[in-house]
Amino acid sequence: MSQYRVSGRGRVDTGKPVSFTFDGKRYTGAAGDTVASALLAHGVHLMGRSFKYHRPRGPVAAGSEEPNALIGTRRGPGRFEPNTRATVQELREGLEATSQNKYPSLKWDIGAVNDAAYMLFSAGFYYKTFMWPKNFWHKVYEPFIRAAAGLGVAPCEEDPDHYASRYLHCDVLIVGAGPSGLAAARAAAVDGLKVVLVDENAEAGGTLLSEPQATIDGQPAWDWLASELEALKAAGVKIMTRTTAIGYYHQNMIGLCERLTDHLTDVPADTPRERMWRVRAGQVVLAQGALEKPLVFHGNDRPGVMLAGSAQTFLNRYGVLVGKRPVVLTSHDSAWYAAFDLADAGAKVQAIVDLRDHVHVDLLTEAQRRGITAKLGYTASATSGRLRVSSIRVNPVKGGDVGTAERIECDAVLMSGGWTPSLHLFSHTKGTLAWDDDLTTFLPGKTPEDCVIAGASRGPWGIAAALNDGAEKGAAVAAALGKSASGKTFAVEADRTGSGITVKELPTDRSPGKAKAFVDYQNDVTAKDLRLAVREGMRSIEHVKRYTTNGMATDQGKMSNINGLNIASDALGKAQPKVGLTTFRPPYTPTSFGAFAGYHRGEHFEVTRKTQIDSWAEENGAVFEPVGQWRRAWYFPQAGEDMDAAVGRECRAVRETLGMFDASTLGKIEVVGPDAVEFMNRMYTNPWTKLALGRCRYGLLCGDDGYIRDDGVIGRLGQDLFHVTTTTGGAARVMNMMEDYLQTEWPDLNVWLTSTTEQWSTIALNGPNAAKLLAPLVEGIELTDEAFPHMSCLECTVAGMPARLFRVSFTGEIGFEVNVPAPMGRKLWEKLWEAGQQYGITAYGTETMHVLRAEKGYIIVGQDTDGTVTPYDAGMGWAVGKSKPDFVGKRGMARPDLVAEGRKQLVGLLTEDRSKLEEGAQIVFDADQPVPMKMVGHVTSAYHSDAVGQPIALALVEGGQGRMGETVHIPMPDRTIAATITSTVFVDPENTRLKI
Amino acid sequence: MLLIHCPYCDETLPEAEFTYAGQAHVVRAQDPSSQDDGQWEDFLFMRENARGPHYERWRHFHGCGRFFNAVRDTVSDKFLTTYKAGDARPDLSSLLEGQE
Amino acid sequence: MTRFNAFTLLKNAVTGHKNWTEQWPDSQPKSEYDVIIVGAGGHGLGAAYYLASQHGITNVAVIDKGWLGGGNTGRNTTIIRSNYLYDESARLFDHAVDLWEGLSQELNYNVMYSRRGCLMLAHNVHDVQSFKRHIHANRLNGVDNRWLTTEECKDYCPPLNVSPNARYPVMGGALQERAGTARHDAVAWGYARGAAMRGVDIIQNCAVTAIRRNPDGSVAGVETEKGFIKAKKVAVSAAGHTSVVMQTAGVRLPLESYPLQALVSEPVKPIFPCVVMSNAVHAYISQSDKGELVIGSGTDQYTSYSQRGGLPLIEHTVAAITEVFPIFNRMRMLRKWGGIVDVTPDRSAILGKTPVEGLYVNCGWGTGGFKATPGAAHVFAWTIAKNEPHPINAPFTLDRFRTGRLIDEAAAAAVAH
Repeated sequence: MSQYRVSGRGRVDTGKPVSFTFDGKRYTGAAGDTVASALLAHGVHLMGRSFKYHRPRGPVAAGSEEPNALIGTRRGPGRFEPNTRATVQELREGLEATSQNKYPSLKWDIGAVNDAAYMLFSAGFYYKTFMWPKNFWHKVYEPFIRAAAGLGVAPCEEDPDHYASRYLHCDVLIVGAGPSGLAAARAAAVDGLKVVLVDENAEAGGTLLSEPQATIDGQPAWDWLASELEALKAAGVKIMTRTTAIGYYHQNMIGLCERLTDHLTDVPADTPRERMWRVRAGQVVLAQGALEKPLVFHGNDRPGVMLAGSAQTFLNRYGVLVGKRPVVLTSHDSAWYAAFDLADAGAKVQAIVDLRDHVHVDLLTEAQRRGITAKLGYTASATSGRLRVSSIRVNPVKGGDVGTAERIECDAVLMSGGWTPSLHLFSHTKGTLAWDDDLTTFLPGKTPEDCVIAGASRGPWGIAAALNDGAEKGAAVAAALGKSASGKTFAVEADRTGSGITVKELPTDRSPGKAKAFVDYQNDVTAKDLRLAVREGMRSIEHVKRYTTNGMATDQGKMSNINGLNIASDALGKAQPKVGLTTFRPPYTPTSFGAFAGYHRGEHFEVTRKTQIDSWAEENGAVFEPVGQWRRAWYFPQAGEDMDAAVGRECRAVRETLGMFDASTLGKIEVVGPDAVEFMNRMYTNPWTKLALGRCRYGLLCGDDGYIRDDGVIGRLGQDLFHVTTTTGGAARVMNMMEDYLQTEWPDLNVWLTSTTEQWSTIALNGPNAAKLLAPLVEGIELTDEAFPHMSCLECTVAGMPARLFRVSFTGEIGFEVNVPAPMGRKLWEKLWEAGQQYGITAYGTETMHVLRAEKGYIIVGQDTDGTVTPYDAGMGWAVGKSKPDFVGKRGMARPDLVAEGRKQLVGLLTEDRSKLEEGAQIVFDADQPVPMKMVGHVTSAYHSDAVGQPIALALVEGGQGRMGETVHIPMPDRTIAATITSTVFVDPENTRLKI
Repeated sequence: MLLIHCPYCDETLPEAEFTYAGQAHVVRAQDPSSQDDGQWEDFLFMRENARGPHYERWRHFHGCGRFFNAVRDTVSDKFLTTYKAGDARPDLSSLLEGQE
Repeated sequence: MTRFNAFTLLKNAVTGHKNWTEQWPDSQPKSEYDVIIVGAGGHGLGAAYYLASQHGITNVAVIDKGWLGGGNTGRNTTIIRSNYLYDESARLFDHAVDLWEGLSQELNYNVMYSRRGCLMLAHNVHDVQSFKRHIHANRLNGVDNRWLTTEECKDYCPPLNVSPNARYPVMGGALQERAGTARHDAVAWGYARGAAMRGVDIIQNCAVTAIRRNPDGSVAGVETEKGFIKAKKVAVSAAGHTSVVMQTAGVRLPLESYPLQALVSEPVKPIFPCVVMSNAVHAYISQSDKGELVIGSGTDQYTSYSQRGGLPLIEHTVAAITEVFPIFNRMRMLRKWGGIVDVTPDRSAILGKTPVEGLYVNCGWGTGGFKATPGAAHVFAWTIAKNEPHPINAPFTLDRFRTGRLIDEAAAAAVAH
């Protein structure tokens, strides 16, 4: 057995040894150990170094509030995490633990020179220096400061684990499975109420795990616990351990992080590492207990100086003596019991040093019975020992005077400054806190949530008080849910109630200005730092915290906030509530990013929408581009082709014979109803009344600010039925906007809107041979200019499939868009592909579509317009129904700046040197001006164009439509390109090619 | 995540089903062309941005699809009530009474 | 007040730091001021500092309902950059960056402006077009910003995942090398100290309940929790709370206040050399000088003053970060917090005079206010002192929402600030 393991104590199984390494050295612990308890069992206290001074540190606590004993933990490749609390990490076989923030070794750390120069590194010192000479900041000081940052090292490999997330709905959620939580669960689990009890620890029980001496209703505490857990399970209570309630969100939504594998030696395949639960609870009981406060004195941070309650936990729960010759230093009764427990387990308690002049006689009797010296009315002024405490210096205090010091040899100092309620989750609710003068602490006040506090987090102390309060609160929440319940009263023996006083930093006979009396251990914030901050004018706790970094370490102030507040309020001479308590923020304890991300990783980060034809494109070598959530075929390169070559070939095919394009991503909305035409008139800028049945029109949609929002071809398939198409990215926005106007501005209109984007697969056929290919496949209409002219639409049958056929063109060639029920998309595509072989049919992607439309001057909303462009700016005044009394955007586009001279207008550009412009390049009139230049527009689209014989571009240019033929300049980094302003239509301005 | 009562579905459901749609009772004039620039600016952009009870619109986007109105306290984020689009603006004082 | 330098630091270290004096006094209000600034954030304190230091106006009070620097100044992710598209924005933010570069020396307070570069990732063709438009416009405006290929992005920021198979592959990025971060609290404290040193009163925990006007309509002063304070000029710089204050003067603003969340990881040794923004996935990240990864999230969808944000948004933000930087999956979130940001319809600030004589407003910074702090404060002070806008803030009028002359960075680029 390890040197400090006490046989017969604790809940660990020493019969099941578990081996692990710490800084490469092999140790053996017991099943049920944490890394901290296992190392302590070997007498190892030194587990880390502090942030600023690199002081040697050991665990000061036994739970999740631990600020010092932070280690790196590793399980093979990819599974490393820094800053793991050794007091939380359960032992597993083969665990590799490493210490942090030290060089070259934990015992000899060069960074500890900071400790010697600590007077220089006072609170906020960096605000006062490193400013001269100025250029040294960037080159010398900052890199130096940055190099010192951080504790552990970041992981550097991709995480092979996966993470889960779940919803959970319950009537009552109880956070904390200590005595009050257990009793609350039992009382609330009535009449079918669904109760969930969660605890961050590996097992339920809370303080009961550290207090086996008590008996509850005649049973020893641990027996009672075991039977109570069985009873709770039988009552249907869901008990979740290793589950931390991380945050309390609106309307009783609680985030729980459940840790599933980090404690396991063998992880079953496919087990998520952690699972995030989003719980929605009818009522919440917060039974999170209280946290013990350290005492603030010089040297209170040496390895071996530890919270008394934590020492008790290490003994009673883990069977580990944290020291064989401890001194207890306290201002609260509870630490006396720690002394008794350690003494009873074989430790030689050197003394109990109490800051109070008087304590209850029973405590003195018990101490005497064990032969422990009690020193009342004493302070501690120092400790010594380099890597482990070896003695403590204590002085009597009489009437405020600190007397002569005496030194007590020891191997541990167990301290207690009393307890402070754990109100973190309560604070997340924006609950108010009320200062309690008697307890010198904040207690819960009002909260907007349906939430009650039970047990020690409300102030009561002792097992009986916690049990009884928990039962009462459990019954109360059941009653709030309409169930009749009553809390029972528990009979507890050997309970350890008690009280104490709250102190600021301990009085000393030495200069307090030189004391290293730590308040925030990890960040090395001392009492004198806090007082310095106050001296420098920091008057709110928020300022003090930020100036000193007190409470900003990875324990998030669990150890330091209340001590910091007491010292700051003393320095300010103001009551604590006047100084304020910094708000607790979620998460309660540091929580893996992976748990937040859950399933949303890799392919599942966001859905990828694919059309029915996507698989064909993939099989045929398409390169894809993301467009919104869709992936679209960008181009179809053949062997040896780059993008330009592929696009050039695809463009030629469309212009010369026939191309086909998957247009299924286009948004589609069906506008139906007796008032459909009126709705369309009000919604779109164009007039719709005269659009004949079976005809289509290009529609332009503006916002009420007068700027273009979307566009698309709209077909009238019935007197009261419009088939509206939108841009790919704009479909959902347009639908929402239509619904908004329909439901809230024009509820009188009898119109129904249905999004049909995913109901249809849409194939565009473009090219001189488009009609020839399609005609034999279409039933019910002849594809002639007479029977089915350009801008016609029809419901018919294509290749035996029910179809909506549109004769439209986004390329300037004869064009059709065939819509068939979505699942038939690939079948139709393959039929057309096969039938089109005789015409050399070519599949093309979005890039070719973009080139072809640009050659015709058709805009892409979002590329050639950007949310600041009116229809007139885009040269589409023709699409505005000026005689309509109103439409969305009509008033907006009449605003002064939208009708002012000199607006940027869409034009074409041809470069004089026949080079291709870069999209986004800026345009100037005067190429010779100095920077900053007066920019008059930018290139919105630019492509190589075989059809034109030189690259083309579209651009927004100030007053552009009145500047046809003028030369503008595009200054690039290496040269300036001259270009001529042209019409936006580069190919076939007379539209002769649209004729069959 | 808020819980929101849809007055059309008459169910209280998580915020994930809803989209926020800005201040409620912003009236689009019957004849916008008769509005001067200031009035149109008010309609487009000017908002109460109330600190406290706020009349606002939500849409039950992933449900019935309906837009409806709500009164929510923007300090506590608590809903005082929700009501159908077109219903009269509820009286605030009676709503607040119901809140203790 | 003690001048800060290595010598005074050393001298005080020797004497146990007993001789430092307060950096600013906690003032009680006088009955009258030449200028009252409502809101003691970086913008308000900065304006007071420049009024005193550049315009000789020292009978100034900065009043706040809470502690100075307790609003968005101390709650943001401290990103500083100026690679904005429009001339108006570029000038304003570049003016700010110019001032950032000398701010520590100007204030004798180290604000730790860290010129670590800001890389904005392009994930699709639209991003590429948009960022190139920015780069070209920035170049012609004299603002640094350049294009990096995917490989160059990876070299610049090694934790980046540039796999072409990523859900949002990196297609390149726009890098502004002059961009960076600063220590947010120090900005408020440095301005407060500098202003107080020059005679400005900083009045904390004193809410302004109303702005009072004279019969002729001009500003008379402010009603506060500590009574009425007369003022010749009142300047409101109260971020998310500006609407409520301005309404008491009869000025309506096109503002909406939204909750914005941010978070930090546990501190780790230096791993992340720059600022990275990915608008497509809403991920904004840098590493602080303490070692924490500082991560910005988006705004919740509804207006709110609660400073509570939802869990789903944070989950999405963290997922976005681990998507772009998969090695951070096992890092842990240390804390997350919320702020309230005031957003205008065009996502650009309103900075200048109001229809009320003697009343000035500086608001509507959305998620981008911190980076503008020195620039905005500087031109705001000018506007207050001279009763006319500085050429840099002249376009940022309230009037533009009537005329339609918006400065719509977001519409133009779908780029979050």
